[in-house]
Amino acid sequence: MATIPQTPTVMRRPPMAGLGGSPALDWVRRNLFSTWINTAVTLLLAYLALRAIYGVVSWGLINAIWTVPLTATGTPDTKVCRELKGIGACWALISEKHRFIFFGTYPYEQHWRPLICIMLFLALYSVSAMRRFWNSNLIYIWIVGLTTIAILMWGGVFGLDYVENERWGGLVITLILATFGIAFAFPLAIALALGRRSKLPAISTFCVTYIELIRGVPLISVLFMASVMFPLFLPEGLTIDKLLRAQVGIILFTAAYLAEVIRGGLQALPNGQYEAADSLGLPYWQKIAFIILPQALRLVIPPMVNSFIGLFKDTSLVVIIGIFDLLNAAKTAIVDPAWQGFGVEAYVFVSIIYFVFCFAMSKYSQGLEQEFNKHQRR
Amino acid sequence: MSTKAQPASAGDRPMIELRKVNKWYGDFHVLRDVDLTVYSGQKLVVCGPSGSGKSTMIRCINRLEEHQEGAIVVDGVELTNDLRNIEQVRREVGMVFQQFNLFPHLTVLENLTLAPIWVRKVPKKEAEESAMYFLERVRIPEQAAKYPGQLSGGQQQRVAIARSLCMKPKVMLFDEPTSALDPEMIKEVLDVMVELANEGMTMICVTHEMGFARTVADNILFMDKGEIVEQGPPATFFAAPKTDRLKTFLSQILGH
Repeated sequence: MATIPQTPTVMRRPPMAGLGGSPALDWVRRNLFSTWINTAVTLLLAYLALRAIYGVVSWGLINAIWTVPLTATGTPDTKVCRELKGIGACWALISEKHRFIFFGTYPYEQHWRPLICIMLFLALYSVSAMRRFWNSNLIYIWIVGLTTIAILMWGGVFGLDYVENERWGGLVITLILATFGIAFAFPLAIALALGRRSKLPAISTFCVTYIELIRGVPLISVLFMASVMFPLFLPEGLTIDKLLRAQVGIILFTAAYLAEVIRGGLQALPNGQYEAADSLGLPYWQKIAFIILPQALRLVIPPMVNSFIGLFKDTSLVVIIGIFDLLNAAKTAIVDPAWQGFGVEAYVFVSIIYFVFCFAMSKYSQGLEQEFNKHQRR
Repeated sequence: MSTKAQPASAGDRPMIELRKVNKWYGDFHVLRDVDLTVYSGQKLVVCGPSGSGKSTMIRCINRLEEHQEGAIVVDGVELTNDLRNIEQVRREVGMVFQQFNLFPHLTVLENLTLAPIWVRKVPKKEAEESAMYFLERVRIPEQAAKYPGQLSGGQQQRVAIARSLCMKPKVMLFDEPTSALDPEMIKEVLDVMVELANEGMTMICVTHEMGFARTVADNILFMDKGEIVEQGPPATFFAAPKTDRLKTFLSQILGH
């Protein structure tokens, strides 16, 4: 018969795994080399990984060409690059064309303006990311920031030369389209999601129709329609700026997808939350703002960030209406006869830039989720 | 015999009146000709088998459910589709749910002050003082800065009661408040409800806790299949049930 301890037993630590080696060595032994199959797979993957890394490093760094000399006529002499094609990357393309990739056809002497704008965008993102700044001041910071960007890009005031937006291009355009796209699509999506769940048939029918129509066509055709068909409906002489049309197209498109994501969050929220808010007498908009949306949005952070990352990269489709974003600027850079054939370098460079932004969004969303779920842990 | 507030005399206007209330879920007739009158200060306990419509009935009183026929009048305001009436009734009627339904993303204090600030337009400081007062009434003032997820079930339910009380309602509705609690926490919540009853709050409570009903209720209702089968003060309700259905129910629920 078991004896019943009179006092609580002392809590002990779990037994140490492994044969007394360090925890890291132990992990390696258990996960990578536990059985013969495991060991064989580990060695095979390690070999393949090392070969791949060696290949990339040797092509991208060791054998790469960073600059090329100029010929007698002043054009770049890419002979050296062509000889090493396949063996070493021709990063000279980037040194030569990076201004075009970042700023498009913006006038050369004024490149400091879009450069400052890119910095401003990055600063705005960084400030918005820190929760310390999440108060009403943030709106003002954004308004001031975006106005400064607008003034710098267009000019025409404060002694700056006017630069029409047909000449803008490159990374600046991508950031503009993505930032304004997310900023306006998000509230529109919330309105659509709430409207779809509304009890008033007029509102819910409108929202459903909008969402299903837009989701039924590719973004390219939305951009195409916004660019080509929309002006047909406008009165004579009234034109809407091409960039604005593209921006509106991107906003409308993203809002439809985002609305469904948010509706998922609204549905996942337990009914009891709606009922508790109702039983306290909270009017509709207070209920939505204080109880429903904070919880519903936290639930769907992963698919929302998915939409934002998709939007960021979908901005490259504006090539269809003749706007030079980051990707298309890179594509145009290698049309230059001197640099033909170096597409790999151009696209790798652009991919790295896209990756940096998208990965930053992804990592940030993980941080957000952890922060918001703090209150769930005891 | 425990002390109870005396029920208001029959000459006063009733606090809650249900007149021939009928409700259907699709084709299913869930409330049949329900007639009910509750005066200010009265405590009503509603019991019955599951599916009898007792929760549906009290959820109709604060318009969480809509009735299709009949009239529901709360403190002189009839519940119709008029939003202003509904909001007025909801301000005066507090509800405590079986699943607590606290707002998990707000602290306990914020849970309590949200509605007074935004519905009754009480200034923040006053709302917080009132919230701390009610937290002390339910005996958990030290939990004010915590999140609901960090509290035990009994503490959460007491916070839910305090949250409803912060709106200074005239009527409190309880929908099986202790059914989701571990047995050792039921007592702490019932104690709070008994105190509330002794101070004269009008209460309608759907519960299976017959001990609580015996102590606190002025009137106990037995509902089955959507209608009120029998009602009466605790003395006669338990000792001398008149209908067979109630006799069966009591034998089941008091047997163990």
